[in-house]
Amino acid sequence: MLPIVLLSVFGIALLFLGFLKSKTVLLPATLLFLVVTLAANFLDWNKTYLYFNDMLRTNNLSMVFTAIVLGSAFLVVALSGSFAENDEAQPAEYYGLILFSLVGAIMMISFENLIMLFVGVEILSVAMYILTGSDKRNLRSNEAALKYFLMGAFATGIMLFGMALLYGATGSFTIAGIGSYAANPQMGLSLLLYVGLLMLLIGLLFKVSAAPFHFWTPDVYDGAPTIFTAFMSTVVKTAGFAALFRLLSVSFTGVFSFWWTILAIITAITLVLANVTAVYQNSFKRMMAYSSISHAGYLLIGLAALGAQTKQAIVFYSLAYSVATISAFGVLLLVAQQRSTQTITSEGVINENFDSFNGLARQNPFLGFAMTVSMLSLAGIPLTAGFWGKFYMFSTAVERGQIWLLIVAVLMSAVGIYYYFRVIIAMYFRDGATEPIRVTPVYQYVLLAATILTLGLGIAPGLLQGLF
Amino acid sequence: MLTLFLILYPVVAATLILLFGGERIKQAALVAALVELVLAGYAFFEFHPDASSQFGFDYAWIGSLGIRLSAGIDGISVLLVLLTGLLVPFIVLSTFNRTYARPATFYALMLYMQAALMGVFTARDGFLFYFFFEAALIPIYFLAAMWGGENRIPVTFKFFVYTIFGSLFMLVALVYLYYQTPAINGAAHSSAIADFYKLKLTPEAQNWIFWAFFIAFAIKMPVFPFHTWQPDTYVESPTPATMLLAGIMLKMGVYGLIRFILPIVPLGVETWGKTAIILSVIGIIYGSIIAIRQRDMKRLIAYSSFSHVGLMAAGVFSQTETGMQGALVQMLAHGINVVGMFFVADVIFSRTKTRQLDQLGGITQTTPKLTVYFMIMLLGSVALPLTNGFVGEFLLLHGVFTYNHYLGLAAGFTIIFGAVYMLRMFQKSMFGPTTSRTESFADLTRSESWVFIPLVVMVFWIGIYPHTFLKVTEPAVANLMKYIGTTAVSMK
Repeated sequence: MLPIVLLSVFGIALLFLGFLKSKTVLLPATLLFLVVTLAANFLDWNKTYLYFNDMLRTNNLSMVFTAIVLGSAFLVVALSGSFAENDEAQPAEYYGLILFSLVGAIMMISFENLIMLFVGVEILSVAMYILTGSDKRNLRSNEAALKYFLMGAFATGIMLFGMALLYGATGSFTIAGIGSYAANPQMGLSLLLYVGLLMLLIGLLFKVSAAPFHFWTPDVYDGAPTIFTAFMSTVVKTAGFAALFRLLSVSFTGVFSFWWTILAIITAITLVLANVTAVYQNSFKRMMAYSSISHAGYLLIGLAALGAQTKQAIVFYSLAYSVATISAFGVLLLVAQQRSTQTITSEGVINENFDSFNGLARQNPFLGFAMTVSMLSLAGIPLTAGFWGKFYMFSTAVERGQIWLLIVAVLMSAVGIYYYFRVIIAMYFRDGATEPIRVTPVYQYVLLAATILTLGLGIAPGLLQGLF
Repeated sequence: MLTLFLILYPVVAATLILLFGGERIKQAALVAALVELVLAGYAFFEFHPDASSQFGFDYAWIGSLGIRLSAGIDGISVLLVLLTGLLVPFIVLSTFNRTYARPATFYALMLYMQAALMGVFTARDGFLFYFFFEAALIPIYFLAAMWGGENRIPVTFKFFVYTIFGSLFMLVALVYLYYQTPAINGAAHSSAIADFYKLKLTPEAQNWIFWAFFIAFAIKMPVFPFHTWQPDTYVESPTPATMLLAGIMLKMGVYGLIRFILPIVPLGVETWGKTAIILSVIGIIYGSIIAIRQRDMKRLIAYSSFSHVGLMAAGVFSQTETGMQGALVQMLAHGINVVGMFFVADVIFSRTKTRQLDQLGGITQTTPKLTVYFMIMLLGSVALPLTNGFVGEFLLLHGVFTYNHYLGLAAGFTIIFGAVYMLRMFQKSMFGPTTSRTESFADLTRSESWVFIPLVVMVFWIGIYPHTFLKVTEPAVANLMKYIGTTAVSMK
């Protein structure tokens, strides 16, 4: 459990580093901490350990998820260079919170005891509430933080209630204990188990923003500073799905017939709602919020059709999704920062609409290419990792014979192409600002890495096989 | 291994062109495409005419799932490989008198497209086929949308979404088939197309899989009523992209019918084949009638292409050996003719800045070369004996006629209507009094002539001695027909 310890220590260290006059040391320090943690994560490879009085269990899967989360955080932090130039920003606190929130994410990924799940969710969420509101003078950021906090607190309350009911039904907080109780449904299970499971699911589905618990997502993603939106939509989502997968696959396979229909309906609603609404967005950032909801829907397919393929499908999908999302937000950050003088809307806020991308590919072919690959990947077009992610998800559904769910997903991915391509069309075929955007080397490396990873996994999806 | 080169080589060449641009991009692209033609020609002439798959390669791709990088050339794909290799250099050559902005990107995209098309026609794994099927769409989309006409953005977007939408259904069918393959003792399922052939599917499954595949391929070809993207896209795209679309890409659909639908879902074809033929025949007549009324040359050729491809689909669904052979030869012939016709339109447009037939006329007075080449390509298109169109259309009509006399008769209208709209186009543009736009019409330049000459050679070669081409496809077609006959029987 070295990563949790390391991240906690590093987080505190970062807060102290904040006393230094120079802010420039913080970013490299955070990146270094993340790399060290990532390396430490793999020390336990191929072994299964129980930690902290059987509260946490690490295995290869949890390490892979941890690596995805840490890797995403690394890329996002690398993109956060503008804090050093901003007088109002407090990067030491931000980076500290990011590291602490990663502790929560890792706890969600490797929990063995439901209490740990709850603590993990809370650690992650509280840090997110603060980061969402970190743009203190921005009204939208304030509103987003308040909304997120109120609704999030409510959801965790329901989740905790669910855990209590599960304890009442099974007499155990460990997922293995609950699993052995729920393994024989024909003996007649307590009603509390079902109610408890539902409440727990609601809490977690809220965190991954599945419909109908998604209403906070567009406002929060839109209002939060873009860099933290990127963090939220990758790290929180991956951790949430890792937790859902562990919970459902260990504890509740016995009552699969009870929850899969519920999840399947939620999946279908999520897919339809998110994709159709995304079509009508004018703001790129809001579109990405709905896109993140829709990807939660695709990821849920794997859970609603829980089977031998699910593990692989969720890992691959969350990796492909995270990489593409970070790359998209990276380009958005550049565009919004540097074109903002030309494109402030009538309401006086920075223009993050589709039209701010107009003509981007002419001036910055590299940015255009990176964004195109990212959009193609999110849309699930072959040659990109996103295609194989969708492919794995669809496979799980077919394996379980859930053809109708598959049809919904297929139709909705066709809808998805529409809004992802609006960006590509704006970049390549419309005329816009003539000033090229200045891309710092760090941005170049991050975008290049994300693009290569997306294309590499798209052409050779077998590369990840060693991880299972 | 040759197949691997055929697919990888254009990718490498295109990437080099993209990275090192330079002054002589056109020449570099032409040389690159000619080398690919040599490779494809070698494959064609060295191809041993039997039912086996040759020059192949086979590597693990996603090992744990049994998905393999496996491709090779068999009798069904060999003519299409030749077509893909043959057309691209002349499409590149046809652009020598034009200037396109950002030429490196332009030619690189064409070569990427070629690589993907080679992959489609040689893939032996279902998912690899799908991968290339979709991958081919990305370069052509950018070609059409970046260098196209005024209305290009909505038109190409419709094209893109429409075709992706169709192929998603194919993906569902492929995944379903994949899970039907046996996985014994924990071994992985298989996505090899050959293993799909062995499946014994229930009639219900065959019915929906038939439609899942058919919609994907029908949109690509296109077959009535899935054709609405086509005329606009052909008109708005820059001519080289239109040539790629009409010359090669629509063959992906016909090829898919032969490769997937007939052998995998014979009962589905038995139930729905007639519907498919009727749709195709409607397309033949409908496309012809619209073509007769067109005033824009490019749009006229687009509708003629829509009409011709309907006959190919009908021939395939007739499930006769002649029909199938006809479809394969006609795919080659149509590719050559349609590229020739679009080039004629492009030559005329580059000199007169119009494609409207009523603004043209009298071109023949100053252009002996263009007149001859135009006439030969036109005669090929209207299937005059001794030209390439005749061989294919005769075999196709024979096939459809064997299947059902009335449908054969209706499909036969394609030849009459074809003569009407093609000769009308020729007459309106080439004969009659000159107009202000055609007064000083210059004859073909040398590079333009060199586009036509090889095409004309092919027109006569296929028309006079089709045996060269029919003999390589015959064993594979016979084998496929026998296979369909026995499986369909054994499944009842």
